[in-house]
Amino acid sequence: MVENISTSLIDWSRAQFALTAMYHWIFVPLTLGLAVIMGIMETVYYKTGDEKWKQTAKFWMKLFGINFAIGVATGIILEFQFGTNWSNYSWLVGDIFGAPLAIEGILAFFMEATFIAVMFFGWNKVGKGFHLASTWLTGLGATISAWWILVANAWMQHPVGMAFNPDTMRNEMQDFFAVATSSTAVVKFFHTVTSGWILGALFAAGVSCYFLLKKKNTGFALRSIKVSAAFGLVASLIALATGDSSGYDIAKHQPMKLAAVEGLYEGGNGMGLTAVGILNPGKESYDDGEDPFLLKMDIPCMLSLLATREADGYVPGINNLIEGGYTLPDGTKALSAEEKMEKGREAIASLAAYRKAVKENDTAAAQAHRATLEENMPYFGYGYIKDKAELIPNVPLNFYAFRIMVMLGGLFIVYFIVMLFLAMKKKIEKMRWMHYIALALIPLGYIAGQAGWIVAETGRQPWTIQDMLPVSAAISGIETSSVKITFFIFLLLFTVMLAAGITIMCKEIKKGPETYEQKQD
Amino acid sequence: MRQKMKHIAKRIFTFYADGFREMKLGKILWAIIAIKLFIMFAILKVFFFPDTTSLQSKKMHMDEKEYIAQELIERMNTGENN
Repeated sequence: MVENISTSLIDWSRAQFALTAMYHWIFVPLTLGLAVIMGIMETVYYKTGDEKWKQTAKFWMKLFGINFAIGVATGIILEFQFGTNWSNYSWLVGDIFGAPLAIEGILAFFMEATFIAVMFFGWNKVGKGFHLASTWLTGLGATISAWWILVANAWMQHPVGMAFNPDTMRNEMQDFFAVATSSTAVVKFFHTVTSGWILGALFAAGVSCYFLLKKKNTGFALRSIKVSAAFGLVASLIALATGDSSGYDIAKHQPMKLAAVEGLYEGGNGMGLTAVGILNPGKESYDDGEDPFLLKMDIPCMLSLLATREADGYVPGINNLIEGGYTLPDGTKALSAEEKMEKGREAIASLAAYRKAVKENDTAAAQAHRATLEENMPYFGYGYIKDKAELIPNVPLNFYAFRIMVMLGGLFIVYFIVMLFLAMKKKIEKMRWMHYIALALIPLGYIAGQAGWIVAETGRQPWTIQDMLPVSAAISGIETSSVKITFFIFLLLFTVMLAAGITIMCKEIKKGPETYEQKQD
Repeated sequence: MRQKMKHIAKRIFTFYADGFREMKLGKILWAIIAIKLFIMFAILKVFFFPDTTSLQSKKMHMDEKEYIAQELIERMNTGENN
C-alpha cells in the first residue's frame, strides 16, 4: 500500500476534508449566535410579559430552526472521512477522541434535541419559565457540543494527557482533565464560540436592516438591532481578548504556525507585528535569500509582546525553526529540523525493533528499544518528513487569511459601536446606507470565520497531530480516484443542501415575523 | 406510581404528537433531514466510506494493530532522500 501514497492522494483527501469542514462551519456559528439572541429576546419577554418580545423571539427561533435542520449531522461526514481516508490517524487517536466525541454525541446532542422540541412545540403548553429554560438549554447543548469537538481539535494542535502504547499502536488517554482543559482547548473554545456569536449578531442586525429598507416590521427590526448590536459588541470584544490568548498559545506550542502567519523568516528580539504587508511572490524557498515582502508596515515590538508578553521577547522565524540553535524559554537550545528528523527516524526504528523483540519474546531487547522509543517520542512525526521544507506551512495563505480575519474583526467592533449608537439615538431607521452596510456584513461574517479556520488548520501543516503524525503518514493507502469521486458527490450534495437552505431561509425572512404590531396596527 | 408514570408518558407522547401534527415549515425541514441522513448513512457510509483499517487488515490477513504498525513503520523516511 505504501507505494500508492502520492501528493495527489494527500491533496485530494485534504481538499475533501476542507470542503466538508468549511461547509459544516457555515451552519455551526449561526446556530451558536442565534441561540443566544433568541434566548435574550425570550428572557426580555419572560421579564416584561410584553408580547412583542415573544414574537421577536419566535421569528429568530424559526430562522435558528431552518439553519439547524440544514446543518445538523453535516459534521458526521468528517468522521466518515477519518475512518476511510485517514485510517492511520483514526487508529492512532481513537482512544483520545472516543471520550470527547461520545460525550458530544450522547450528552450535548441529546440535550439539544430534547430541549429544541420543547422550544418549538412548547409555546402555550409548558410554563413560561420552563420554556425559557428550554430555549437556553438548546443553546447550551449546542455550545457544549462545540466544546467537545474543539477539545478534539485542540488536542491535535497541542497533544497532551496521553501516552503512546507501542503494543496497541494507539495513543492512550492518561489524563482526561488535561485533554479537556488544555490551554489550547480553552482559548480555542472561547474564540470559536464568540466568533459564532458575532456572526449571529451580524445576521440578526442585517436581516433587521432588510426590514427597515423594505419599511416593514420596523418595531421588530429596531428591537432586534438593539439586542444584536449590543450582543455583537460584547462578543467582538471577547473574541479580541481570546484572539490575543490564542496567539500567545500558538507562539508556545506551534511556533512555525505563528512564523507563517507573520511571514517571519528571520526572527529575533523585539519583533514587530506586520500591520500591513504584501508578500513577495518571487520568494519560493525559505533559504533563497529573497526578501519575503514587497511592502511591509510594522507595529514595533508588538509581535514579541503578543507572543512572549515581553516587548523584547525572542520570536523565532521560519529559518530559525529550521536551523535551530536559538535558546528556548526553558534555557535549552532548540534542535534543528535535521536533528528532529533524525530523532524521529530513531523513534520509528525503535518502534519496529520493539515490536520484533516482543514477537521473539526477547524481553531485554524490548525494554531497551521501548526506552529509546519513549526518549525520542516527542519527535516521532519528524521521522516521516522527507524534506525540511515540508515543515513550512503555506505562508501566503496563512498570512493573508489571518489578516482578513483580524481586519474584519476590527471592522465588526466599529460597526457594532456605530450600530448601537444609532439604534439608541433612534436614528437608524432612516439611514439607508447603514442598512446596506449591515446586509453586506453578513457574508463578511462568514468569511472571517472561515479565514480563522484556514489559519488554524493550514497553519499546522504538515501535521495532523502536532509533531507526531504528518499528513503523509496519517493518510490511508487508498485510490485517489475514490477520494475524487466522493469529493464531487459532497460538492453536489452540499450545493443542493445549501441552495435549499438559503431558499427556505430567504422565503421565511421575506414573509417576516408575525409581529405584535401587525396584529395591533 | 405505575399509573402516574403511564400518565406522564402519555402526556409526553401527546406533546410530541401534537407538535409534529401542527408543524408547517417543520415538515419540510424534517423531510430534508430525513433525506440527508438517508444519503449519508444508507448510501455514502455503506458504499463510499468503508473502514479502511479493518478492510485492509482482513485483506492482508493481519491483526488491525499489526497492519497499522506496518503502515507507520514502512512509511518512515529512511533518510535516503535528504
